[in-house]
Amino acid sequence: MDSESHKSTATKLVYMANQIATFFHTQPKDEAVAGVADHINHFWEPRMREQFFAILEQEDNGFDPLVVEAAKHIRKPGPVPA
Amino acid sequence: MSLIEEIDYGTPKSLSEKMITLTIDGNEVTVPEGTSIMRASMEAGIKVPKLCATDMVDAFGSCRLCLIEIEGRNGTPASCTTPAMEGLVVHTQTQRLKNIRKGVMELYISDHPLDCLTCAANGDCELQDMAGAVGLRDVRYGYEGDNHVFAKANDVANDRWMPKDESNPYFTYDPAKCIVCSRCVRACEEVQGTFALTIEGRGFSSRVSPGMHENFVDSECVSCGACVQACPTATLTEKSVIEIGQPEHSKVTTCAYCGVGCSFKAEMRGEELVRMVPWKDGKANRGHSCVKGRFAYGYSTHKDRILNPMIREKISDPWREVTWEEAYKHVANEFRRIQYQYGRNSIGGITSSRCTNEETYLVQKLVRAGFGNNNVDTCARVCHSPTGYGLRTTFGTSAGTQDFDSVEHTDVVMIIGANPTDGHPVFASRLKKRLRKGAKLIVVDPRRIDLVRSPHVEAAQHLPLRPGTNVAVVTSMAHVIVTEGLFNEKFIRERCDWDEFQDWAAFVSSPEHSPEAIEQLSGVNPQALREAARLFATGGNGAIYYGLGVTEHSQGSTTVMAIANLAMATGNIGRKGVGVNPLRGQNNVQGSCDMGSFPHELPGYRHISDESTRDIFDKLWGVKLQDEPGLRIPNMLDAAVDGTFKGIYIQGEDILQSDPDTKHVAAGLAAMECVVVHDLFLNETANYAHVFLPGSTFLEKDGTFTNAERRINRVRKVMSPLNGYADWEVTQNLANAMGLGWSYSHPSEIMDEVALTTPSFAGVTYDLLDKEGSVQWPCNEKAPLGTPIMHIDSFARGKGKFIRTEYVATDERTGPRFPLLLTTGRILSQYNVGAQTRRTHNVVWHEEDRLEIHAHDAEQRGIRDGDWVKITSRAGETTLRALITDRVSPGVVYTTFHHPTTQANVITTDFSDWATNCPEYKVTAVQVGASNGPSDWQVEYDEQARQSRRIAPVLDAAE
Repeated sequence: MDSESHKSTATKLVYMANQIATFFHTQPKDEAVAGVADHINHFWEPRMREQFFAILEQEDNGFDPLVVEAAKHIRKPGPVPA
Repeated sequence: MSLIEEIDYGTPKSLSEKMITLTIDGNEVTVPEGTSIMRASMEAGIKVPKLCATDMVDAFGSCRLCLIEIEGRNGTPASCTTPAMEGLVVHTQTQRLKNIRKGVMELYISDHPLDCLTCAANGDCELQDMAGAVGLRDVRYGYEGDNHVFAKANDVANDRWMPKDESNPYFTYDPAKCIVCSRCVRACEEVQGTFALTIEGRGFSSRVSPGMHENFVDSECVSCGACVQACPTATLTEKSVIEIGQPEHSKVTTCAYCGVGCSFKAEMRGEELVRMVPWKDGKANRGHSCVKGRFAYGYSTHKDRILNPMIREKISDPWREVTWEEAYKHVANEFRRIQYQYGRNSIGGITSSRCTNEETYLVQKLVRAGFGNNNVDTCARVCHSPTGYGLRTTFGTSAGTQDFDSVEHTDVVMIIGANPTDGHPVFASRLKKRLRKGAKLIVVDPRRIDLVRSPHVEAAQHLPLRPGTNVAVVTSMAHVIVTEGLFNEKFIRERCDWDEFQDWAAFVSSPEHSPEAIEQLSGVNPQALREAARLFATGGNGAIYYGLGVTEHSQGSTTVMAIANLAMATGNIGRKGVGVNPLRGQNNVQGSCDMGSFPHELPGYRHISDESTRDIFDKLWGVKLQDEPGLRIPNMLDAAVDGTFKGIYIQGEDILQSDPDTKHVAAGLAAMECVVVHDLFLNETANYAHVFLPGSTFLEKDGTFTNAERRINRVRKVMSPLNGYADWEVTQNLANAMGLGWSYSHPSEIMDEVALTTPSFAGVTYDLLDKEGSVQWPCNEKAPLGTPIMHIDSFARGKGKFIRTEYVATDERTGPRFPLLLTTGRILSQYNVGAQTRRTHNVVWHEEDRLEIHAHDAEQRGIRDGDWVKITSRAGETTLRALITDRVSPGVVYTTFHHPTTQANVITTDFSDWATNCPEYKVTAVQVGASNGPSDWQVEYDEQARQSRRIAPVLDAAE
């Protein structure tokens, strides 16, 4: 249901990650990568990060290069406790 | 239980620190210099007779009843207007005074109806009290002469007589009972600041007049009730008192509307609420109120309230009433089934910013300890989550820095994206009082809000920026302050990180942030912006107050940080009269955040990944908390549409109406298998619910609310819950149905648990709150009585942090299809989604939402005032009636969102704040055109809502 306003969750996640990157682009260089990674680690629920990594594997995933750079510092979610 | 009687000292308190001593009736009295003799007497326990004086307004000296004699002075001065001075010897009762007073009272009573037995003020009438106090036994003048009392004399109409004005839904004005003390007029001016009332005529013709001899409801009157409270007779009387009679006991409690958190005396007769009267010792409101808190409580007994639990299998089924036990069992089974089937993280909860701290704490505890995940969020997500993020990053604490009293010491007030006279009316009255005393005002808002120009208040600067350009404008103010050398270097060096400041200063100084450069984006006159920045930096104590016009943007968090930067750069932090002050929307939105309602934070704003914090709760609750953040409301809805989130417990929030992009919210809810709504009414969200648990009102429970000042105020139960249970009891029963074994017997025990686990609440107990009235957190060993002003010697995080704030245009852009920008707001008489206020007489002031549009835009589209118009965005369309105005600039349209039929959120989009996902309500690109009637969506929605609200008739056992 990817109409003009009703985007898929994947589209939204890419958009959200890029929004975060847009903010950190304006911050001092040395803080930017850690800033994006920390933000996503702090606020994104595991299944969002799960999807994030799945999207990351696709080519033309639409992520801002800063997000891609930050990805290696983003925590891979562990299994959900039963 | 008894009626709480507040002492009326007759004149306001003097703030002088110099003390003087005088003798009154042989008693030595020591008072601050500037105290009236009337007040000094009262402090010594001597009640000087009075009618026109009351301590909420300045002395007036018109009733001639409070006369006194002073040794060595001639005459009989009025004690209200005569200041106490060192060494005075005062007599309040002499033969001469007695004679004068009796004479004055005779005159008053000669023009006053003698229907005391059937008068609504019987038992609460100062005129009656004074007649008794002065020993009036006879009226020598009789009652037949010229008067305002009788409609006719000798069958001839009496021109002086005026009929009762019953136009206001909450109080009556009976001119026949008026003694023209002008307390109401002065209360309207001095306390409320509306100037709706005046005295018309002169001498014996003097009459109180709303506006230009209008009815109350047609005048500028905002129905705050200050005049009714000030009236010493039955001239202005609550209709509820006329109907019920005088109250017999009262309890102090806290209003459940906006984030100001006014204290009220709930005055009762048995379990019937007679009236709500603002409490003078309330530290947020200081004895003032607005129409909502004072009068709009009728929803609590409205016939629409649902009092029995209900369940249904499908949302297309009618509701079926069940017992509480059945409801709890059903929810517990469903939630456990869903978790078994779809995983532990497939359910969650939403805490309410309308409910108490204790109730909120329990809901997040249920989610974390009972559901075993962190999928809990609250409506702060959609209002002030950027405040939490921004202020925590810059200052170290997710809250405002001041108390409301602070405004009395402010010299320059800057209001950004807030409309206090409508949204936070009691604070607005306190602000206007300060502005009338000379403080300067800067308004940054796309719309010409009332404060820009209203009686005796005029903004020094109004910067009518284009919606969505807050960051550009605030950063540009910083540009002016830095490049013109107006920053406070001493403060910055002492309190902030100097390197970070220099980095920031270099950033804001670049030419692209100059007012001239950003005019293109923001539409703000560069000269006005420069003047505003200079005024803020150099005008003395500068305080910034802001609202949802700051936070509800894709750059909401960035704007909060830009505001914090500005306060730090000008040294406006850490003392009275300054600070960064978010005006919070809901009564307990601060509290719900404090109580750990966010999916990433435990109570006290401690991140869920912090092991030592988790450990505290793990041990106390006997669980193992997940260390990962849970889903936020928009993420829950996305996950629901994706099929991984299947059940939700929503306490006291109507996400379908209040959250953006209604169609997406509806799709999310429709995709869930068990939606539990716990509310007073079948709200819009309940259209998609499978279980409805009836809620209780703030009058029906004990607890606490925390207002925008971080003030923890007591909520006290004054009547039994109509539904049988306070909300905390319902949550507890539900938790126990899920096997959690909770045994709280009173909300104070819940607060004890909060104090035990949360350092900033460590000192909070109900005993302390009963003793102090209220406290502001942090309240602990270091601050046993709480913290009115934060960051006094150092910031909570150590050094204040300057952060670069680059303007990034929102992706919600205007273009040929959607050329106008829609922004939204509130109106005084209605509250948020209107679930409460629409069920009160407040609808007389606002029966529908209107679309404000500039004449220029209206003319281009052939729209006349009052026409039905269709408003379309990329997300959807709706219809409402147009209101042509120049309050909005060309290119901008505005509406309120209080009525579900308007469905303003059908058109708002899913863009949100980059840091917190707070939706961008304040900017939507739209087109507006003539319309023939409701949109298809509105018709469909109405039908669906009607269907989903059906309740099946109860069947007899025999059938």
